[in-house]
Amino acid sequence: MPDFLGPVSGFGVTFGAMFKKRLTEQYPEQKKITAPRFHGRHQLNRHPDGLEKCIGCELCAWACPADAIYVEGADNTEEERYSPGERYGAVYQINYLRCILCGLCVEACPTRALTMTNEYELADRSRASLIYTKQELLVGLTDGMVAPPHEMYPGTEDDDYYRGEVTAAAPGTTTQRPARAADDQDGGPSADSQVAEPVRAEGRS
Amino acid sequence: MGIEEKLPSGFLLDTVENAAGWARKSSVFPATFGLACCAIEMMTTGAGRYDLARFGMEVFRASPRQADLMIVAGRVSQKMAPVLRQIYDQMPNPKWVISMGVCASSGGMFNNYAIVQGVDHIVPVDIYLPGCPPRPEMLMDAILKLHEKIRKEPLGVNRERAAAEAEEAALKALPTIEMKGLLR
Repeated sequence: MPDFLGPVSGFGVTFGAMFKKRLTEQYPEQKKITAPRFHGRHQLNRHPDGLEKCIGCELCAWACPADAIYVEGADNTEEERYSPGERYGAVYQINYLRCILCGLCVEACPTRALTMTNEYELADRSRASLIYTKQELLVGLTDGMVAPPHEMYPGTEDDDYYRGEVTAAAPGTTTQRPARAADDQDGGPSADSQVAEPVRAEGRS
Repeated sequence: MGIEEKLPSGFLLDTVENAAGWARKSSVFPATFGLACCAIEMMTTGAGRYDLARFGMEVFRASPRQADLMIVAGRVSQKMAPVLRQIYDQMPNPKWVISMGVCASSGGMFNNYAIVQGVDHIVPVDIYLPGCPPRPEMLMDAILKLHEKIRKEPLGVNRERAAAEAEEAALKALPTIEMKGLLR
């Protein structure tokens, strides 16, 4: 090829690129599905009858390299039962401004209460609104579930829950209304909701 | 700022607000302020695959005088803090800040004496973006949330009223010492 055609052949590359497939992702309009094991926002799971899986053992908080998790356990009683067994997580908070989404908490969880979702759109306007409390982390109720607190399936131990022998709430199970929370409008799901809520509303507005 | 700040109350102010907000949000120029690994994701977001040019902000200005958005990408060391503040001060009003990644937002896992525990100790932050590092989609989501904020930015009298209301709300808010756990 003669020398003076060199610059022209450069345009050939540009011309060829016009017919290539476009690579740009149209993010807000078409969201690309993440990898199945993508580390996104956490969720707190439930047993098939609606009781919480979290037993308030704080192993996730211990495993966390960034100290992003705060757990306060409390005792279950027969009048107010949130999880099968002795204890439940009364206060559960994850600070997403510390959390590095490494998943060590999920590995540490002995009851598979804590897992991760594929949700990643977390940006927000204040630091307080990025501390997620139990209300936001708990997964919703599905068919066969009754909102805790309620009693365990009659005739079962907590071991039966972990063996997967409880598949739905017993017929006639109702949400307990313990005396402490009875004057609350929504039955007062947990202590942290009462304390943290005013601030959260502030942060979101 | 410009003449739009001098309008008397009630006279076309909403219309001007909408027009100015739309114009501002449509061409935000970010300043390059990559400090650590988050900057890699920020560069990816600006490059062809994710293409910030779709939102009118493909030019990352090297000079803070030409920029109106600072994306603080990465951990801010104590030594970098005055530099960051100077860059912010050199940017012309109106200006916004995105704190990208957990290290910039709160210090993240580097809870030690070398790292500023949240860039909001130095500059006012508009959007906090968690993630370590956040994927480009997360950054774009933060940018879109910021666009929404810019579009509704009040001007003139409305701005003063909004500021007074925000202060009122802050005074009424529950003190952090009474909160539980991480909120404290």
